[in-house]
Amino acid sequence: MKPDFEQFKDIPGTTIFTIEKARQGFWLNQFCMSLREEANRKRFLGAEREYLDEWQMSEQQKQAVLDRDFQKMLDLGGNVYFLSKIFASEGLSYVQAVSTMTDMNVEQYQAMMLGGGRNVEGWRSKKERGEA
Amino acid sequence: MARITAGISTSHVPAVGAAVDMQRTEEAYWKPMFAGYEFSKKWMKDNTPDVAIIIYNDHASYFGMEIMPTFAMGIGDRFEICDEGYGARPVPVVEGAPELATHLAASLILDDFDMTVLNVLEVDHGLTVPMSLMFGTPDKWPTKVIPLPVNVVMYPQPSGERCLSLGKAIRRAVEQFDGDLNVQVWGTGGMSHQIQGARAGLINEPWDRKFMDDLVNDPENLQYKPHLEYMVEAGSEGVELIMWLIMRGALGEKVDEVYRFYHVPASNTAVGHMILTPKE
Repeated sequence: MKPDFEQFKDIPGTTIFTIEKARQGFWLNQFCMSLREEANRKRFLGAEREYLDEWQMSEQQKQAVLDRDFQKMLDLGGNVYFLSKIFASEGLSYVQAVSTMTDMNVEQYQAMMLGGGRNVEGWRSKKERGEA
Repeated sequence: MARITAGISTSHVPAVGAAVDMQRTEEAYWKPMFAGYEFSKKWMKDNTPDVAIIIYNDHASYFGMEIMPTFAMGIGDRFEICDEGYGARPVPVVEGAPELATHLAASLILDDFDMTVLNVLEVDHGLTVPMSLMFGTPDKWPTKVIPLPVNVVMYPQPSGERCLSLGKAIRRAVEQFDGDLNVQVWGTGGMSHQIQGARAGLINEPWDRKFMDDLVNDPENLQYKPHLEYMVEAGSEGVELIMWLIMRGALGEKVDEVYRFYHVPASNTAVGHMILTPKE
């Protein structure tokens, strides 16, 4: 069966981690995996730029990590489960980190979740939203 | 002979594990969610299996992107607990069931399910959070475990049809094992959630509830739901629900619904949980 990677592009505000994205983000995600070890977490947080320079990541990927720009990291092939090692190193929860990718602050985001989460109505299609 | 006596489905939210580990289950935020598992813990005390086959996904905890198996099976004696970036969860080591696991892996491969064989595996919250929810905080887990990691993180994930068929093959293989074992199959993950992008926080309760209904009554149609529908309707991470289909396939044609629970939110996620038993 011929893979259809285009089918996901109409989902608004969503980056599907495909096998193609996995190739693009390989070293970014490998860097993240290294943070499973406490010694590496300390070394990274102590000297971020130097630590990142040990990995075959693009300059854009490194800058996105330094900026903690998680959306940019997704765009460059990162996957959230890998990227979670970055925010876990700093003791942040998923809610704290994930909310930075939305247009809400963490309090607003938590309030939305307590209210039952984001309603899918209006969030199914970029075309519907006039974004495509 | 060995037999499958029940199927359990449950979400495996990491923050739930953290709440257990930090003794925060009585706090106002968490109490209603944990209350939903009280019945299950009691039920499980009376129905503890010899072996639980736990279908879950690794969250970049043990597997990096070097190797990404679609279906894998842990056949070792024991599985250590991963450090996912916050330090390893303080839960007991998970004991394997190598005799049944080697039989299962071999049977499945001969049935054209090309399992990746794992002699070494560390397990993450995807497997340990369901155990905490069903067993609480014992010094030693009361059941042996066969971990069955599935790739649900990278597209293409296995199809729903493949997942349901794998469950059916697990049922046949368990019944062919020469040993008197009570076996449960657990399907974990879901329900609706999205933890990335501007659409993060998506929850779709009507869709989740329909999924549970169809899982019980209409799995033969449910299996054809395309990945795209999971992602659009249940969020990019909602596609984990294909793992529930493996559990359902292992229970045979008709099931009795023993218990159902649904709660929003746990962190970013809709929590869903079911106990099903095969109808004889």
